[in-house]
Amino acid sequence: MIEFTIWDILRNLLLATRWTIVLSFVSFLGGGIVGLGLLFLRISKRKSLRSLARYYIELFQGTPLLMQLFIAFFGLGLFGVDVPAWLAAGLALILWTAAFLGEIWRGCVEAVAKGQWEASASLGMGWLQQMRYVILPQAMKVAVPPTVGFSVQVIKGTALTSIIGFVELSKAGTVVTNATFQPFTVYGLVALIYFALCWPLSKSSQILERKLNVAHRNH
Amino acid sequence: MSLIEITEVRKSYGENEVLKGIDLDVAPGEVIAIIGKSGSGKSTLLRCINGLETINKGSISVAGAQLLDDEVHLKALRLKVGMIFQQFNLFPHLTVGGNVMLSQMVVKKTPKPEAETIARKMLERVGLAHKFDAYPDELSGGQQQRVAIARALAMQPIALLCDEITSALDPELVAEVLAVVRELAAEGMTLLMVTHEMKFARDVCSRVVFMHQGRVHEVGPPEEVFARPQTPELKQFLGLH
Repeated sequence: MIEFTIWDILRNLLLATRWTIVLSFVSFLGGGIVGLGLLFLRISKRKSLRSLARYYIELFQGTPLLMQLFIAFFGLGLFGVDVPAWLAAGLALILWTAAFLGEIWRGCVEAVAKGQWEASASLGMGWLQQMRYVILPQAMKVAVPPTVGFSVQVIKGTALTSIIGFVELSKAGTVVTNATFQPFTVYGLVALIYFALCWPLSKSSQILERKLNVAHRNH
Repeated sequence: MSLIEITEVRKSYGENEVLKGIDLDVAPGEVIAIIGKSGSGKSTLLRCINGLETINKGSISVAGAQLLDDEVHLKALRLKVGMIFQQFNLFPHLTVGGNVMLSQMVVKKTPKPEAETIARKMLERVGLAHKFDAYPDELSGGQQQRVAIARALAMQPIALLCDEITSALDPELVAEVLAVVRELAAEGMTLLMVTHEMKFARDVCSRVVFMHQGRVHEVGPPEEVFARPQTPELKQFLGLH
């Protein structure tokens, strides 16, 4: 029987970690862009647009991410589209992330005092100008901590993509376990790597929250 | 010719009618104090004039600009009337200078250097030129309100609406804000103010409008309204028996 050193195991896991990072990054970025679109729909003046965004958000928040991954992976296959695992994983995670970020940011926009809308309107600004120059700059301050905090959920969410065969950290853990028969060591290391990715983000979210609150002290 | 024409204005929130047919014409340069109990509709009337509230019936026009519920007409109207709020509503993420410059640059497309010159001039006018680079939360309430006045003035409005602008201030800060308003009145600015400062209304205003239950109940020059109130409601409001 071949002997595996800890380093052998760790090296393979770290190589796969690259894909966890890439997938998280793509999901977060893509989700951010789609989420921004959702935010604008969600607070638009047209009721139909608001409802559309609300249904989208409720659908994606109300079903497990795992189901969304399956549907993206197998569902599209029914229509004769051959979806590679990386595409299904990226797509599902982007749409899922967008639903949460859109809703988080809506809360942040609504946290801006009503007087800010009234004052900027009284000065003759149109809706887009109000958003761009008055509301979003203030909402962004509120949004930074929860957004950074949510990025932790995205990283952990990528673990599910192992089930549709995307080789990232969790999938690599399974593969390495099958070769080494050392599940405790392998998954222990997997957990430590996830922790090393997530903990700095959680921590910085906390620090940002404290910092930005100070800047916000009188409002 | 009237500058502000308010004709038969009605406004309801659901079943509750808060303005029950308001008629009021304001001549250029007039300073009008709107007084009355809370719930009499005075703030609502003021907010209707620049379209912060939509009206259900009647019409409002300011210097020929009609109040209509679309962005183009609203903008045209709001360029003619500025508004100052009880809670100041300065933009907390911008400096004092930035507050006064923003709408000039965004709405009127004034180039930055010119906007800055105007901003400095307006801040000078309210006695706060030295606070150009400060943030709103570094100022006292009275100073914040004076910045709000400068911000409104920078858009060069024909009239100003003041919605209880001293009500959120500590007593010792009220005077500095009223001094600025008094100066504006002396310079001929048309002012409509909802106020609880009766002494100020008596000294500075050309007409006093007493509102009661959504109607203009009594109107006249301050010496008459305060000295010889005609209706029992106004007598009671003024504390005369």
